[in-house]
Amino acid sequence: MTLPEQAIPARRGLRFSPTLTAGLILVGLHIAIALLTLFWTPYDPASTAGGRLEPPSWSHWAGTDRLGRDFFTQIMIGSRIALVVGAGAVAIGAAIGVTIGLLAAFATRFLDDALAATLDILIAFPTLLLAMLVVAASDSASLWTAILALGIAMSAIVARLTRILAKRVLRNDYIAASRTAGTSWPGVVAMHVLPNIWPTLAVSFALQFGLAIIAEASLSYLGLGTPPPNASWGRLLQEAQGTVYTAPIGAIAPGIALVTLVIGINLIADGLRDVADPV
Amino acid sequence: MLLRLLPGDPANALVSVGADPAQIEAAREQVGSNLPLGEQFLRFLGSLARFDLGTSFISGVPVSAEIADRLAVTVPLTVLSFLLAILIAVPLGIVAAVKADRWYGAAISVVSQLGIAIPVFWVGILLVSIFAINIRLFPSGGFPSRGWADPSGALYALVLPILTIAVVMSSSLLRYVRSATRDVLGSDYLRTARALGETFPQALMRHGVRNGSAPIISILGIELASTFLGAVVVERVFSLPGLGSMLLLGIEQRDYPNVQGVLFVSTLLVLLIGFSADLAQRLIDPRLRDRAAGARS
Repeated sequence: MTLPEQAIPARRGLRFSPTLTAGLILVGLHIAIALLTLFWTPYDPASTAGGRLEPPSWSHWAGTDRLGRDFFTQIMIGSRIALVVGAGAVAIGAAIGVTIGLLAAFATRFLDDALAATLDILIAFPTLLLAMLVVAASDSASLWTAILALGIAMSAIVARLTRILAKRVLRNDYIAASRTAGTSWPGVVAMHVLPNIWPTLAVSFALQFGLAIIAEASLSYLGLGTPPPNASWGRLLQEAQGTVYTAPIGAIAPGIALVTLVIGINLIADGLRDVADPV
Repeated sequence: MLLRLLPGDPANALVSVGADPAQIEAAREQVGSNLPLGEQFLRFLGSLARFDLGTSFISGVPVSAEIADRLAVTVPLTVLSFLLAILIAVPLGIVAAVKADRWYGAAISVVSQLGIAIPVFWVGILLVSIFAINIRLFPSGGFPSRGWADPSGALYALVLPILTIAVVMSSSLLRYVRSATRDVLGSDYLRTARALGETFPQALMRHGVRNGSAPIISILGIELASTFLGAVVVERVFSLPGLGSMLLLGIEQRDYPNVQGVLFVSTLLVLLIGFSADLAQRLIDPRLRDRAAGARS
């Protein structure tokens, strides 16, 4: 992960490599489905009109669950929840992480050392364990608890990366020149630091987005994530596991939806990395 | 600068992150708020120092005894999965880097891309539906009631869980091994060794492995911690009586001493793993011993 020494020219267009394109198509598909569910779904998600545990058919593409609800509808809504969780967690993780990372980069030696040591320890913890700690401490599981928990867990990783990248930029002569010319520190951050570090940060955000979706599915699977009215893929899989003997489709379809979305995001991350960090 | 190598300080810092809110919850729900929180927390720290984790609200069993019981499932599950993941990832990762231009090298990379996008519990569900329901080769879950007194039965019950975790963990490990190998392949010392007449495998064994393994070992600590968490999740899939199911049951039943105890022990294990990985890295790479401060950038 080397950083260009000079600020990246402002209008260098994004090159659409096959990797990036494939990723954008997959994620775009999920976004389109998620937006669609705001206005229309094949069936009312709460309607139990279908037969119980029906196999896939033309009227129910992924069959029905044990209450007779259309499974495909629930999976579509799952796209929306996964995207909201991923975006929410990344937004929180980025806001906290970038702030702390920049503070550490500008802080006195002592404070910087303390922050760096704390971050190193936090990073040794898998995101899911940190999220479990937050959920266990917060007493009630909801969509927002899960997002907050994942965002907080993620912020340590973002903060460490930001700190390292920012310090590398701050060592450059043009920073001193800019300071001499009278630019304030906030001005330096806005003009030099952020434009230089954002490509690498964007790659990290994309990867964290995918990890957050997997982590939320795991939390929901364990019963620590989104509570029942929300059709999180993790919870769908957990419910379908009980009926895997009679209706295997329910234990497969949500997983496929999740994997296509996460692969799409990872491909975007790979594509962005090629742009941000051409080797 | 060596502060983070002292085991005492980070442990304390993390106890307050993890146990403090749980402690507050526990006090509010069960014990009542008759004691000031500070005093309760001090008491909690005091009993932690004596390895007294309290007793379960529900069963009345000492938490430490219950945890010891359950570690007998979680630790073998974690360690065996981790070893299997390394056994899969290292050779495949090296092949993926060395033979990147052949179809099988590329195939390994594509499959690992899939592996890092799959949640571990779904792999578990899929393996259950293949090996427990369609082929009926392995049990879909459970653990012999006699535990390790029935070693073959216990191992048999762990086959699918171990496979589940290893599949997922090896994918991410493989990608690290692949990129480390790629770095080694482009290195000057390898070219020099080849120029001095060593064959390619010789040069790779003599110079590549030690150089390439340094970054991998620093990753291994984090990966082992993830494997442990994978075990916690996968225990749920296969209904194994390990630490993970104890944690989840504790959360469901609001059995805070149990929850607190499991989180404390997990935190301790994760820190211990990170600490050992640091040590191992210093052992293998003499450069790190000389410039301990070099880790800070």
